[in-house]
Amino acid sequence: MNSSHTAESNAQDQKSKEPVFRTEDLNIYYGDFLAVRGVSMEIQPRKITAFIGPSGCGKSTLLRCFNRLNDLIPSFHLKGKAYYHDQDLFADDVDPVAVRRRIGMVFQQPNPFPKSIYNNIAYGARVTGMQIDDMDELVEKSLRQAALWDEVKDKLGANGLSLSGGQQQRLCIARAISTTPDVILMDEPCSSLDPISTLKVEDLLQELTNDYTIVIVTHNMQQATRVADETAFFNAEASDDGKRYGFLVEYGPTERIFSQPQEESTQRYVSGRFG
Amino acid sequence: MTSHSQADSRQPDQNAKNITRKKGSRQSLGETAWTVVAGLCLLTALVPLFLVIAYVLVQGFSRLDVAAFTRLPPPPLSANEGGFANALAGTLIMVAIGALISVPFGVLAAIYLAEFSSGQIPRWIRFATNVLSGVPSILMGVFIYGLLVLPFFGFSAIAGGAALAVLMLPIIVRTTDESLQIVPQSVRWASLGMGASKFQTVLRVVLPAALPAIATGLTLAVARAAGETAPLIFTALFAQYWTDDLLSPIASLSVLVYNFAAVPYENQRELAWAASLILVLIVLLTSILSRWATRKQVY
Amino acid sequence: MTAPAYNDSSQAAIPARSGQSKWLDRGFRIVTQGFALAVAAVLVIIGIQVTINAWPAIREFGLSFIYTSAWNPVESVYGALPMIYGTLVSSFIALLLAFPLGVGTAIFLSEDFLPAKIRTPLAFMVELLAAIPSVVYGLWGIYVLIPFLKPIGGWLHDTLGWFPLFRTDYIGPGMLPAGIILTVMILPVITAISRDSLTSLPPSLRQASMGMGATRWTTIFRVLIPAGISGIIGGTMLALGRALGETMAVTLLIGNSNNFNISILAPANTIASLMANQFAEASGLQVAALMYAGLVLFLMTLIVNVLAELIIRKLKPY
Repeated sequence: MNSSHTAESNAQDQKSKEPVFRTEDLNIYYGDFLAVRGVSMEIQPRKITAFIGPSGCGKSTLLRCFNRLNDLIPSFHLKGKAYYHDQDLFADDVDPVAVRRRIGMVFQQPNPFPKSIYNNIAYGARVTGMQIDDMDELVEKSLRQAALWDEVKDKLGANGLSLSGGQQQRLCIARAISTTPDVILMDEPCSSLDPISTLKVEDLLQELTNDYTIVIVTHNMQQATRVADETAFFNAEASDDGKRYGFLVEYGPTERIFSQPQEESTQRYVSGRFG
Repeated sequence: MTSHSQADSRQPDQNAKNITRKKGSRQSLGETAWTVVAGLCLLTALVPLFLVIAYVLVQGFSRLDVAAFTRLPPPPLSANEGGFANALAGTLIMVAIGALISVPFGVLAAIYLAEFSSGQIPRWIRFATNVLSGVPSILMGVFIYGLLVLPFFGFSAIAGGAALAVLMLPIIVRTTDESLQIVPQSVRWASLGMGASKFQTVLRVVLPAALPAIATGLTLAVARAAGETAPLIFTALFAQYWTDDLLSPIASLSVLVYNFAAVPYENQRELAWAASLILVLIVLLTSILSRWATRKQVY
Repeated sequence: MTAPAYNDSSQAAIPARSGQSKWLDRGFRIVTQGFALAVAAVLVIIGIQVTINAWPAIREFGLSFIYTSAWNPVESVYGALPMIYGTLVSSFIALLLAFPLGVGTAIFLSEDFLPAKIRTPLAFMVELLAAIPSVVYGLWGIYVLIPFLKPIGGWLHDTLGWFPLFRTDYIGPGMLPAGIILTVMILPVITAISRDSLTSLPPSLRQASMGMGATRWTTIFRVLIPAGISGIIGGTMLALGRALGETMAVTLLIGNSNNFNISILAPANTIASLMANQFAEASGLQVAALMYAGLVLFLMTLIVNVLAELIIRKLKPY
């Protein structure tokens, strides 16, 4: 159902063939511990790419490399290469702050700031130094894009924490898109939401794919089939010293991954026969 | 739904996909500057600590001899160097009296707060306890002066100890309350589930489990009381000689430092530094010990 | 099968709890509750006690005690304005210096500017500042701080002498050294409570801000400090309460002058140091006047502390 969007986008954007992210044999470590091993993949623009796989397979860890949020963990380091539009993400002259301004993130737990709904949105524009003529307009547009406007338009001054869980998460999405990032990373954005809120967020993702490249980590395979154009399956296995590390098993169009997986472990996982 | 051309028009700058660091940009200079400022705040905060400890060590150590611990405070200008034997004993006696009153009092009150609390009463008591710990220590002295010194005992070790007890009370209640609350609920259920009464559960299970943390709190309260001066100057007063009963004025290390701090007599001033050294050592040792003990806590 | 048979079986019946055990539980609860109530009562009794003892002075001078500045035991005329001014100004100097220093230190020790192995002992050392006895600060202040401040005080008077606060020359003991020593003493209070409130913020908050491309300090100023503001303000209020009532260090450094002087370079007095100086030798109406001053101090610290508690409790976003 996304094919029409994608074709349209491709037609509009000549450069869309150029991948947004490209990794080459990426190994991620926490201290001595190897968390993710040897990932090589490309993320295509204006598509939704889902990372699926069992717990501990390193999909969230990989996701947080793309906006260098792992930098906040002191023991984190990596080997291999990760490129964003052909720029080495981990080169010395890269400013992680500039990276994060281009690459937004939505987290597992909704994490609005303890500020008003209005200021939650305005924050991004203020800290990234965007020239905004009409902040009210930006707030409204972002909230509309996140399908939250109608529910909160009469209480923009209310604290973001006073919203329900599903509303909080859509506020976080509105916040993420308010700065018009190039990419939005989503780390299990629906795992703490009820089914109805989950559906709302999924509908929202479909709409956002017109404008944004989205990478979403999910535990929920139905969600991947519902929203993702591309799916990457990660698995974990124990190394010789008994520690588990994650690796990329298979990556391709969602339909193929779920209907004709080439690896047996993928087959087992997507059919629910996995541990 | 906005088309993406519209979205693009909102992009902050033309070179939007450029993620390289701008060397010497105002932003990165600002970041560094603030970090330096915060680091300097920390350094500034630590300078007085080192200066005070260094001065007390240097000035006090030369006078820390056997005489200091065995003799009585010297009269001004005498060749007799003297010591603070009676003040050290006085401090110990009054802290002991203070602990004797405040420890059972505070621990029992905390048991109520942590174990039986329900409704509004404990909230108010906790509130009052916190406010009490903020009451200036000199007012604890004023309180005891009005309560005990004027009507009953006069200046005395009992009154001094009582003033210290009031000072220690909120500290003990709060640390004991917190220590008891850290004990997991499951431990209480385990005991009650075996048919133990509430009394048995608290006395035999919860209190022993919280004991290391409680002991730490008590130690800190005692250390704080040992260094206090304000509540003693008009409850215990001071004495140049040994005091042989608890109802007469009695010396203490902290009041000795106060009395001898600003005098023009070299021998008394030296003794003030030596007594300060003892007070600082008591505080440093108990703080470090209690810190070490909290690391070994059960919960 | 029948009910009587069941009752006969001593195995199945729940044995009644002995009366003694029940009585013990109830008694225990009542006893501890009594002690807990007594702790709260101490606060009230202090207030009543001081008011009763101050009553003769309250009746004699009324509210004029607060805004007149005679302190004359010979003629039995008492007004506490110089001491109230001294208490407020010395505390204000301390707050002015300790607030930025304390919050800066708290930020530096709550963020990962330094590895945790160095940070934790440094935080402990800042807390040690609060443990050093007040009288030791006083002794140190007389022989180290007052001489050290001489050039600074002299400079203040020489360049800013036209300004009332620096009207008099620096002669040593006075409001300035007292304010500085109070700064040192309350700084750990501000730091400890601010640091607690900053480190207890959920990590997701920092991630949300950093994830949007905010820099570290933007995150600190715009997200972390606003979110932790209740602790920072509450801690500062508690520190103010401590400064208002701090006695020994101030007594040794402030010069104990009962004459009103607006200059912070001149000797002054605070309520607490007035009491420390005069209580032991006072009698008659002077005791009542000192108690009245004590009551003023009690009310000042009470208000500040109650506000601090309320702020810390009520304004927490999490």
